[in-house]
Amino acid sequence: MQSLMEKSPLGIFIEHIKKGELAYQVCTDDNTPVFFPRVVAPRTGSTNLEWRVSKGLGTVYTTTVVCGKENAKWNVAMIDLDEGFRMMSRVEDIDPMEVKIGMRVKFRAHPGDEKQPPYHVFVPAGGAK
Amino acid sequence: MSHLKRGSVAVVGAAESDLGKVAEHTSPLDLMAQATRRALDDCGLKMSDIDGLFAAVGQVRLSPLALAEYLRLKPNYFDGTIIGGSSFMAHIAHAQAAIEAGLCEVALIAYGSTQKTVSRTAAGRPEYNYYETPFKPFLPASAYAMAAARHMHEFGTTREQLAEVAVAARQWALLNPKAWEKEPLSIEQVLNARMVSYPFTVRDCCLVTDGGGAIILTSAARAKTLKKKPVYVLGTGEAIGHATISNMENFVVTAAAESGPKAFKMAGVKHADVRMLSLYDAFTITPILFLEDLGFCPKGEGGRFVSGGDIAPGGKVAVNTSGGGLSYNHPGMYGLLVLIEAIRQVRGECDKRQVKNCDIALAHGNGGVLSSQCTVIFGSENTL
Repeated sequence: MQSLMEKSPLGIFIEHIKKGELAYQVCTDDNTPVFFPRVVAPRTGSTNLEWRVSKGLGTVYTTTVVCGKENAKWNVAMIDLDEGFRMMSRVEDIDPMEVKIGMRVKFRAHPGDEKQPPYHVFVPAGGAK
Repeated sequence: MSHLKRGSVAVVGAAESDLGKVAEHTSPLDLMAQATRRALDDCGLKMSDIDGLFAAVGQVRLSPLALAEYLRLKPNYFDGTIIGGSSFMAHIAHAQAAIEAGLCEVALIAYGSTQKTVSRTAAGRPEYNYYETPFKPFLPASAYAMAAARHMHEFGTTREQLAEVAVAARQWALLNPKAWEKEPLSIEQVLNARMVSYPFTVRDCCLVTDGGGAIILTSAARAKTLKKKPVYVLGTGEAIGHATISNMENFVVTAAAESGPKAFKMAGVKHADVRMLSLYDAFTITPILFLEDLGFCPKGEGGRFVSGGDIAPGGKVAVNTSGGGLSYNHPGMYGLLVLIEAIRQVRGECDKRQVKNCDIALAHGNGGVLSSQCTVIFGSENTL
């Protein structure tokens, strides 16, 4: 089992993001993708979790546009990655209202800032599913 | 696996605290104590009769301890299960188990919130979550909005159908003197209100008010000796799905699809027997999802089911007769008030909004972001 004394599941995920990679785990006992990253696999209870790098291609499962103060609007979406895991993110480079369910999207690393470590966003990849 | 016994316990006392916007410096515990006093007066029991304590309060981390301290109770049994707004439906089931097992005889379930007075942020600071916080979802609204968007995509549900839920709630609220909202509401007003998180305008979202309540439960035998007609617990079902919206497996099916069948199986009643539904309406999509998941209409038909005023006064099914979280009151974890309205309908205490021959009512609680789902079916003496 992975020790938590030197590296954490989230720590490893962020290391990958810093390299421009979207990482996820697979439970090798039953070959299911696991996300968010863990030290013990859900359901099986297995510790046989293998890190893999996603191709970064996915489909918008659902989406909303948050309306903030002073007419600020931003997208929040759930993305189904082709490898079979889902994550919250946002689709950038497009009007938030134009983000549609079924739209194909591609991962991009966001650098974050002083308070927020780098994280995963998406941009349109062209096409729909 | 053993099962709880249909009708082994009954609600004997039920009361709201003051609701709406309370005086500055009021604490959630003041509201809980006030509601407890009113619930005791409602049934004629004394404070010293309480030997089971159930409490879950967002603003008070160690809720059972704090309420026991306030009232100087020494309960034989206590439970602080906190799973959001459905906590109190879970407490009903847990109290029934404890009473059946002889661990306590008179159970108090209490809740209070001052989120309107102190502000929502002060009442419950959002927890940082690397996998969600960077995207700034307006929680909980954005989570429910994404479920609504998916429902619209899969089943053709429309914003007008969502608005029907808010309009029906408002029509019921106008029959309830305790409701926060006092003015009529139209579908156009819902659609044209300020957008919060697409497809929700502010009128698709529950109110933010202060308030609380208390429920007192005891054995069926003891219930018969008290002031009011007992409201029996015929069935309960509890289910949990996820904690964060990112981990909801299917955004159009909630764990109510598990809690509902459990409750109906225990109660041994049919859907057609249920005269009134109290469904946690945090957002306009939730009664639609629960009508489907609890089996009152097929999956995907919820939007059409609520249309044409069919859940409003005079409609086909009486839903949220208090005016609901959308128009009556919504003090944070609103589930306790969801229960109280169903209890009052079975007692026949609802005056202008009373549902005729309401021998069976269903109260369904939702917690977190469509996370926990707990169902309680209540019945009058006629149903035993």
